[in-house]
Amino acid sequence: MSVPSEYFVALSAVLFGLGAVGVVTRRSAILVFLSIELMLNAANLAIVAYARQWTVTGGGHALEGQGAVFIVLAVAAAEVAVGLGILVAIFRHRVTTDVDQLAEVRA
Amino acid sequence: MTETASGAAQLVALAPLVALVGALVNGLFGRGIREPASGVIASAAVAVGFVLSLVAFVAYPGEADGFRFVFAEFLRAGSLAVDLGFLIDQLSLVMALVITGVGFLIHVYSVGYMRGDPGHARYFAQLNLFVAAMLVLVLADSLPLMFVGWEGVGVCSFLLIGFWYQHRQNADAARKAFIVNRIGDVGFLIAMFLTFKVFGSLDLATVTSAAPGIAYGAPALTAIGLLLLLAAAGKSAQLPLQLWLPDAMAGPTPVSALIHAATMVTAGVYLVARTGDVFAQAPAAAATVAWVGVLTALVAAVAAFAQTDIKRILAYSTISQVGFMVAAVGAGAYWAGIFHVVTHAFFKALLFLGAGSVIHALGGEQDVRRMGGLGRRMRVTGTTSLVATLAIAGVPLLSGFFSKDAILHGTLTSQLVADAGGPFLFALLLLTAVLTAAYMFRWYYLVFAGEERLTAEAAAKVHESPAVMTVPLVVLAVGSVLAGYLGVQEFLGRNLIAEWLSPVLASVPFDHLSVGAEWALIVGSALAAAVGLGVGYWLYAVDKGRTVKRLEQAPVAALARSGMGFDAAAQAVFVRPGENVAEGLALLDRDVLDRGLAAPVTAVPRLARLAALWQSGYVRLYALAMLIGAAAVTAVALLAGVSR
Repeated sequence: MSVPSEYFVALSAVLFGLGAVGVVTRRSAILVFLSIELMLNAANLAIVAYARQWTVTGGGHALEGQGAVFIVLAVAAAEVAVGLGILVAIFRHRVTTDVDQLAEVRA
Repeated sequence: MTETASGAAQLVALAPLVALVGALVNGLFGRGIREPASGVIASAAVAVGFVLSLVAFVAYPGEADGFRFVFAEFLRAGSLAVDLGFLIDQLSLVMALVITGVGFLIHVYSVGYMRGDPGHARYFAQLNLFVAAMLVLVLADSLPLMFVGWEGVGVCSFLLIGFWYQHRQNADAARKAFIVNRIGDVGFLIAMFLTFKVFGSLDLATVTSAAPGIAYGAPALTAIGLLLLLAAAGKSAQLPLQLWLPDAMAGPTPVSALIHAATMVTAGVYLVARTGDVFAQAPAAAATVAWVGVLTALVAAVAAFAQTDIKRILAYSTISQVGFMVAAVGAGAYWAGIFHVVTHAFFKALLFLGAGSVIHALGGEQDVRRMGGLGRRMRVTGTTSLVATLAIAGVPLLSGFFSKDAILHGTLTSQLVADAGGPFLFALLLLTAVLTAAYMFRWYYLVFAGEERLTAEAAAKVHESPAVMTVPLVVLAVGSVLAGYLGVQEFLGRNLIAEWLSPVLASVPFDHLSVGAEWALIVGSALAAAVGLGVGYWLYAVDKGRTVKRLEQAPVAALARSGMGFDAAAQAVFVRPGENVAEGLALLDRDVLDRGLAAPVTAVPRLARLAALWQSGYVRLYALAMLIGAAAVTAVALLAGVSR
């Protein structure tokens, strides 16, 4: 018998939590990005885990879940490309990537 | 209504259009028009109107009933149908002749009087518009179209009285004239509503032909008559709406001449004469009209004694003379009222233009106490003014004598007002005729005769006015002498104007006087003028004003100076309560409504500022909020069992 799905989901939850804590606590924009990636991949892990579970118990096939993961990966890659581009531009202007110092847009 | 009348008579329909074109040319392109040209254009437009009226007058078949000239449909709503059309008949032709004829002379005179005024093009545009509106008023074949002209006259008077609007006082006078006129206009409007209810039509021809078929003294007719009287009182400056006319002197003097002689104040007389068939069936309304006219004539004549402004004396004289006309049309002597309109147009225009000539010569001086003896320095103005003074005083063989005698005759013999104190009307008018002669003598003597009381600077520059101003004076003087022979009493010769007008005017029964009584009346009328002039001569020329000085201390003199207290009364009854109400409402608006609304209004931005604190700009805070939010949504979903 292979590894049960609960393990994967639990790992996914832990990774997601770590990512969330990272987003909220880290001040460097690079590290915030990193944490967001972590959360995305935690979600991906949960999705593929459920997809595998579906083939085993439901008798169906796993293509929907795996397809969704590819879309998430693609979006994440695009997001990183744009986000890092913005970050580079900001850094050139402000010589910092501290998100707390980038707080001009406020009431 | 015969539609077959000769074509030439229809030409008069073009007269208002020509005047309107003149107004448009000066009004739209005035900037590019140099000084004499604007006046020449305006005068030419009115001259063309006069020629058209004259051609129509000559071509008009005397016995015809009048015919309509319809341009287009004006209004159609349910059973109401009003055409945009003119009613061309004896009455409207006479009025058109007076308006364009006297109006033309006033235009010509204005060319000299307004020389050097930067607003000359505006002035002449408004003058032409005034004539156009007045022509529409008298030519209209229906009450609504007449109302268009009526309002046009009101607007033009507002514009021209306030022509020198840079001075607050002039602008106030213009507003006063407009507002007081509006009161009369309300009467006109309601009269139209009632007319439509009673007659089912607003056509003048339909109304005048249907009125005799309605019961004598019917309340509806009386109501229409009284409302028309209110309208007439507004335009013709009759009690209690005469307030605006003395202040209307704020405008340029030729404008006063135009308002007082050829246009505007005669509109009310025309209105009553035109709707005479209604009044002939409503004796109560007719008697009210007559009494309003008589009382106005008397009150204004008394007030005229106490005035010291050369134009204000004439203004009260106009109110008084229009009172004569209104008394005539009230008594049913419609032709006599129109006859007095015609003769008065000549001598009153002459008096005003003479006064303008004096003001012009003295460089703006208007106080008769600083005039005197000017007849020796200004021969033409002095002589023509003397003719006008004698004419208005009713000296025999001059025009005012004939028309005033016709009015006295009418009030004495009319059966329409016989029950409503006809003889008293006559007696009061005779008394007013005496007063008229006396105050007009005072006017002439203080300005043109006696010793000179000029200020040094005025005395240095006194000069006769240029020919462009004196020639109209001479023409008007000739008219002031001759116009009276249009209406010689029937037992002496042909009464041309009564014969001419008789097909269109309502017929009212009159008592017939014996020839002896007729002669007595004429002698009485002449005596009234003689007594008035004699008293004036004694008071001012013989007594040298000593008695007058003592009289000036009397309380009645102060009352007369203030125009018999009507202004103060209107101030107390209408203006001040109105101001109080307005101030109260302003207080309510400012302190209750505004302050009450201010509280919620200021609360909104305060709340918004509070909510805006959340928008701190810290991205991590937003991320945390999102996280908590997402967790909360998930928790709710799980707890509510939406897991499937």
